[in-house]
Parts: sequence; structure tokens; C-alpha cells
Amino acid sequence: MSVPLLDINRLSIDFVTRNGTVRAIDDISLAVGKGETLGIVGESGSGKSVTSYAVMRILDRAGRIAGGSIQYGGVSLHKAKERDLRDIRGREISMIFQNPRAALNPIRRIGQQVADVLIQHSQATRANAREKAIDMLRAVKIRDPEKRYEAYPYELSGGMCQRVVIAIALACKPRLLIADEPTTGLDVTTQKAVMDLIMELTREFNMSTILITHDLGLAAAYCDRLVVMEKGKVIEANGASELFHAPHEAYTRQLLQATPHRDSNVRDLLPDELRKEAISLPAQRTPGNPILSVRHLRKQFGKPGAEGSHLAVKDLSFQIREGESLGLVGESGCGKSTTSAMVMRLLDTSEGEIEFLGEDIAPVQASKFAAHPLRGKLQMVFQDPTDSLNPRWTAAQSIADPLNRLARDMDSKAREQRVVELAGLVGLPINLLNRFPHQLSGGQKARVGIARAIALQPKLLILDEPTAALDVSVQAVVLNLLEDLKHRLGMSYLFISHDLNVVRLLCDRIMVMQNGEVVEEDNASELLDNPKTDYTRSLLAAIPHPPETGKSAERASV
Amino acid sequence: MTAALEKLRKVALRLLQAVPTVFGILVVCFLLTRALPGDPAAYFAGDMADAESIEEVRRTMGLDQSLPMQFVSYLKDLAQGNLGMAISTGQPVTAELANRLPASLELTLGALVLSFLIAVPLGVLAATRPNTWIDHLCRFLVTAGVSLPTFFTGLALMYVFYYLLDWAPAPMGRLDLMFLPPEPITGFLTIDAIIAGDWEVLRAALAQLALPTITLALFTLAPIARMTRAAMLQAIASEFVRTARAAGLSGRRVLVTYAFRNALLPVVTTLGMVFSFVLGANVLVEKVFAWPGIGSFAVEALVVSDYAAVQGFVLSMALLFVALNLLIDVIYTLIDPRVGEEA
Repeated sequence: MSVPLLDINRLSIDFVTRNGTVRAIDDISLAVGKGETLGIVGESGSGKSVTSYAVMRILDRAGRIAGGSIQYGGVSLHKAKERDLRDIRGREISMIFQNPRAALNPIRRIGQQVADVLIQHSQATRANAREKAIDMLRAVKIRDPEKRYEAYPYELSGGMCQRVVIAIALACKPRLLIADEPTTGLDVTTQKAVMDLIMELTREFNMSTILITHDLGLAAAYCDRLVVMEKGKVIEANGASELFHAPHEAYTRQLLQATPHRDSNVRDLLPDELRKEAISLPAQRTPGNPILSVRHLRKQFGKPGAEGSHLAVKDLSFQIREGESLGLVGESGCGKSTTSAMVMRLLDTSEGEIEFLGEDIAPVQASKFAAHPLRGKLQMVFQDPTDSLNPRWTAAQSIADPLNRLARDMDSKAREQRVVELAGLVGLPINLLNRFPHQLSGGQKARVGIARAIALQPKLLILDEPTAALDVSVQAVVLNLLEDLKHRLGMSYLFISHDLNVVRLLCDRIMVMQNGEVVEEDNASELLDNPKTDYTRSLLAAIPHPPETGKSAERASV
Repeated sequence: MTAALEKLRKVALRLLQAVPTVFGILVVCFLLTRALPGDPAAYFAGDMADAESIEEVRRTMGLDQSLPMQFVSYLKDLAQGNLGMAISTGQPVTAELANRLPASLELTLGALVLSFLIAVPLGVLAATRPNTWIDHLCRFLVTAGVSLPTFFTGLALMYVFYYLLDWAPAPMGRLDLMFLPPEPITGFLTIDAIIAGDWEVLRAALAQLALPTITLALFTLAPIARMTRAAMLQAIASEFVRTARAAGLSGRRVLVTYAFRNALLPVVTTLGMVFSFVLGANVLVEKVFAWPGIGSFAVEALVVSDYAAVQGFVLSMALLFVALNLLIDVIYTLIDPRVGEEA
């Protein structure tokens, strides 16, 4: 690595906000060699995306390069003119973004969007752009590229859209690819397919890659070198394997620790000082009587046989016992959300029984369930902590909402007291109760959501990917909180997730769903260590495998 | 080819959906005028009529029959293009409308085209250059447009351009009395003049049109410019524009194909809404400029409770709205492939 392809030297970036200038990137230096894959890892607000926008010079108006230099193959990107940059973007350096569906023009055919780039950089003429775009779609392994050329983004799945974004980025065979959280929000199997595709193509075209991600495991699995960022600064930089095996900095260690992997238990995720404070968990749990028995549940969307009709859930049966956590795992579209919505009585069933606390609630209409006496015993925590809170309600109002609606016998004094008590239970500082959601951090909003769900002392809590939108360190704390609450309040969980490593931490039993059916169900450790079906095996195989560490052996001995 | 057929099918389906709306309008229109106070039979029979002749008139008008029967005969008349007689002018309502509707439409459409041509580029420029003079100009025009009532702008323009500067002709109708109107083909004086090849008349008609059109355009400019600016800002901040920029697409391509086409969707919707405002605002402008349009006709008819005329006016306006909404929906279907997909 004599002359790096991209050399960022002492770069600083300022953002002008209403409250004055904020330094987003503070004096960072990093370099990418030819053919190298560099991972930039950090939690939200670490400045990892801003760094990449600065390289592409697509910072929004408020952002400004305040100091330092960005050199790319002899060009000073930090002071290049917009006109010159246009020839570099897409042709020399390109970028793949998070949220592929939003990254594509919704009203333009995907093939045309690929062709636009080819024409712009004189890689194709109007006459042969279509042909070349189809070749590119084929290169990113889109089936039936001639037909897909005509498709609009809304007609494709998230994974397919990401392939199109990759096709746009790689159409002109650039020398550097920046992938900004390319697989966040995609299923594990899709993630693996997309990442493998990126790696295959960049190797084929002999490109350098910068992979920006919050997922240390993913970065370690695919990158040669890693850079860890926090609050606009580079904390640590090292070879992927070295950094993973022997992190120097405390922050890196904490990040590594908070990332769930095969053999961690839920307490392992916490930083040392928090782990010492945590209550001890009972080693052996004996679940009590079944509180939820679902029998032969079916959900049919549309009329059977009609065009667009869909059998989302086929003959599903399972039980949850008192104090037990059941994990429901599967890829998007497998019917897990439909199942949870039916159990929660947000969606009418087509057939089957849902016996909850001895009563079949399946015949209760979804619209009438709010008034049902068992409503308070069944609660839900949602995936997006921000979107699931009313933006005009304070934390206290959100938490008090179920009390106001369902605990009619409580007077207002008692309700206030209960809100304070709940805040204490979920570890939300009392002084934050008067804040609105936008004034709270992601972790605090998650706590509000949980406090609201447990306000009426439910017996069963449905957790729908409750930590998917959180940073790993926050996820670690929230997962531990959920585990504590389960034991302290004697609740049962139905935990829905696509992340098997997270499910393993909290669940006693796991149910794997595919196409509306359970393909495998077993004790958590049994299912994950000795999967019986190919589908479960493929899910497990899709989890990114960081370079093997001596850590698993080490931990076993501790 | 199949894609084109698919679009055609969608458009046809949307057209079909308009049928119940039109029927509903007919019913409401019919009932509305029956609910108006006053006895049309007494009015028609004249001041000197006795009870017997009023009954006579009532019978000939069919007002003695039950409401459903009246409705059926109303529909029958309608099918033959017969909307009754306007008392105030003594002319068939159909003829009056056929005369006056083109005058109003010429004014309204002219104003809309003018304001669209000014507002959309203005909004786009304001969005792409925030906090520059063009953005401030956009904000000023928008504020002025919404805060100045049309009759005031109309009078002010007249005072400056007719009275002080004498650039504009006298605000007396569609054409100066010196000129002979061209052979009516479309009813639009400007278009008929072009068809007849009479450039003098065209110039005179345009001169008469100028001030009222500008008055209305100023009024309609505001919402269109504001919506264009907002939609453009949103489109520019969107992730797909970022992708397009990161792919190195030229500034024009990003702005037109990626940002503007998406921003156009809400602008088209606004255009439809603005059209309905303008038909309301028309009445005042037509009065100020003595424009022989449908608005002034309706006001006069309402004052003398000339129910056939009012009915005809309401019906034609309602049909116009339905047609307009249809047009907007069709445009929408053509530019946004997602419309009608999530069924």
C-alpha cells in the first residue's frame, strides 16, 4: 500500500444548525489502498456516514468541510469544482445507500435509472444504453433482466432494489465503492446475498471498498481493515482480525461485547460496571401453565383463488407457558407479523382458536377487542420506538395512556404515582417524563414504549423486533431490561425477530416460520446448535461470521 | 405495448367511476332548486295573474306533478339539451350558457396557463436557490397573491394601465365595439380569430383579455408557486436525488428527471384545486371588467330567483369540476405508475 487510492488527512466537518456550529467530524485521518476493503464501524452519530458524504462531496447545505484534505488518485476532492466532481462521482467513486427502495426514483423505470448513469458517463449511447443496462442488471443477478428493466421500484422487494442500486453504482466500473449500511433493514439471508454480491463484483472489477456499518460482526466478516468511530473521531484502526481479537480501546471492547454472537448470554452484552449491578437471573426456569394456546390459526387475505389473494398463515398451532419466552423467527413475508397481529387481536382471523388465559379470543372482532376485559393482559412493544409514540405527547402522557383507558378505577393521583413507578421500573429518569419524543434518545424512547406496555401488568407481552432500530450498546441495555422485567413481573414473551443471535439471548423456545408455516420448533439452544431443517440451517449460515476468534474457547473456560 | 394498454384500461376505469358522480350531481341539482324559496309558477305568471292562471302555468311547467315525475321529465328535457328558459334574459338557458361559458373559460384557462408558466419556474428556482433574491421574490409574490383580493387588484390594474397609462383598452367586455367578432366556432374569441386569420381581432381580443387574466393569474400564482417550492425542496432532499447525485448525473438531469417529475405530482393536484377557486373568484373579476361570463350571469339569475338559469349554471359548473378532476386523475395515472396499484 505505497500510495493509497483514497487518503483522508486530518478532515474536519462542521454543520451549521440553529444552535450554532456543530463539529460532526473532528480531525480524522484514514486511507484506503487499491483493492482493499475498509470497514468503518460506529453507532449513530459517530460521523461515519458524514465522512462518506464528504468524500463524495454530497453533504447537504448545512455541512461544510472545515479543515483537512481528501486526496483521491491525485485529485484534491475537498476543493474540487462541482463540474469536475460530476465526472468523478459514479465513474471513479460511487456509493450504495441504506434503505434501497427510497434510494431509487419511484416514478422511473429501474432500467432507465441504470441507463441514465451509463449515458451520463459516456459508457453507452442512447442506442445501446438499454442493452448495456440489461447486462448490468444481469451482472447483479436480477432474474429476467429484460423484463425487470421495465419495472418500477415499488414492484420489487427490498433486496432486489438494493441490487438495482448496486447496478447503478457499479455501472461505470468505478475504482472505489462506498457502501453505507447497504444491508440494514434487510433479512439475514438477503443481507448475505447482497454482501456476497458486492464482494464478488468489487473483486471482479478490482475495486476498493469502504463498508460503513453499525454491525461489527458484518464488518469483520467482509473487511480487511476496520476503523472504529465515535462522536466524529477515529477511536481505533487495525486489521479486521486483529481488531476483533485484541481490541486496544475501551470503546471498541464495549462495542464488541455488546454485539450478540453465538455464545454470549444476555448479561455478557453489558459493560462491566452495569453487569456488576444487574440482578442475578435464576439458572433454571420452570415454566408454569400455558397462558396462550393457539390452535390451527389461519389467515387468508383476499378471496381464496382470486387474483392477489394470499394465505399468510397456514394452520399454525403453538403454546406459551407462564414465564416463558417464545421466539418467532423468519424472513420478511413469512407471516410472523400477521401472526402477532392476530394474537394481539389487531387483525381478524380466518380460522382457528386463540385461547388466552382460558378464553378463546379469536371470535372477538379486532375492532371490539379494545373493550375486552383481557385487553390489559396482552400488550405489545413495537419495532420503531419513535414512530410508535405520539409526537405531541410527553413521555408521561404516553405511559399513562393505557391507565387512562383501561384502569378506570384508579384516580388521577394513583395514576401519576404509577407512571413514576413504571419509569423507575424501566430505568427512565423521572426528570425526562415531561419530555416529548423528539427530545429523547432512541434508548429512552424504547424505555417509554416498554413502560407503556407493562403499565397494566400484562401476562403476555408481544415484542416485535423491539431493538431492531437501536444501536448495539443501547440494544444490550434494552435486552437486559426486558430480561429483568420478565423475571420481576412474571410475564411471558412472544419475541419476534429476524436476528437469531438476539432471539437466542431472550428465548427459551424458538419457532422458525417460512411461508406461513412453522418449519421447526425446539428449545433455543437445541434449535440453534443442532438445526434439523435446511431452512433453519440457511438462516444460521447467513449470519455474518467474523474471523474465528479464540474467544469462544476462552469464554467456555471462564 | 401491453403497458400502454394497461394505462388505457386504468384511464377507462377512472372514466367509468365518474358516472355515479354525474348522476348524483343531477339529483342534487334538481332538489336544490326545488328547495329554493319562492313560487316559480307565480313568478312566471306575472304580477297581474290570478290564482287560476298561476295554476295554469303550474300545470304547463309540470310543477303539479310528484317530485320523481318532475325529475324524470327534467332528465328527458336534459337529454334533448333543453335546460328551460331564463326569465331574466328571455333566452333558452342552453343558448345563454353556450354563449357565456367560453368567455369564462377563456379567461380562467388563460389565467391558469399564465400563472402556471410563471409560478412553476419561480417555485423551482426558489427551491434550488434558497435565501437568494429569487426565493425572496417568490415569497413576496406568494404573500401578495393571497392577501390582495381580486377585485382590488383588478381595479388597481385598471387604474394604472387604463386610466393613467392608457395602455389597456376600456374594460368593457371581450372585444372592443370597433371590431366585429369572428365566426364563432369554439366560442374562444382568440382561437376563432386565429382560425379566421383575422390578426387585428386577435390583437384586440388579447388586449381585452390582458388585464382580467393578469388579475386572476396573480391570485392563482400564490398556491401554485408555494406548492412547487415545497414539493421541489422535498424532492431535492430525498434519498433518490442523493443517489442520482452520487452517481454523477448532470445537474439538469437530477433536477428535471429526478426531482421535478416527482415534485410535479402535488403541483398537479394543487392546479385542480386552484381551478375551482378561480371559478369562484371569476364572478368578481367578471363584474369588475364587465366580462360577459357565466359568473355574472349566475349572480343576476340568483338575484331574481330564476331557477332554470341557476340550475343550468350549477349543473354546468359541477360537470366542469367532474371533467377537471377526471383530467387531473388521468394526468396523475400517466405520470405516477403507482396510482391504482395498491388495491
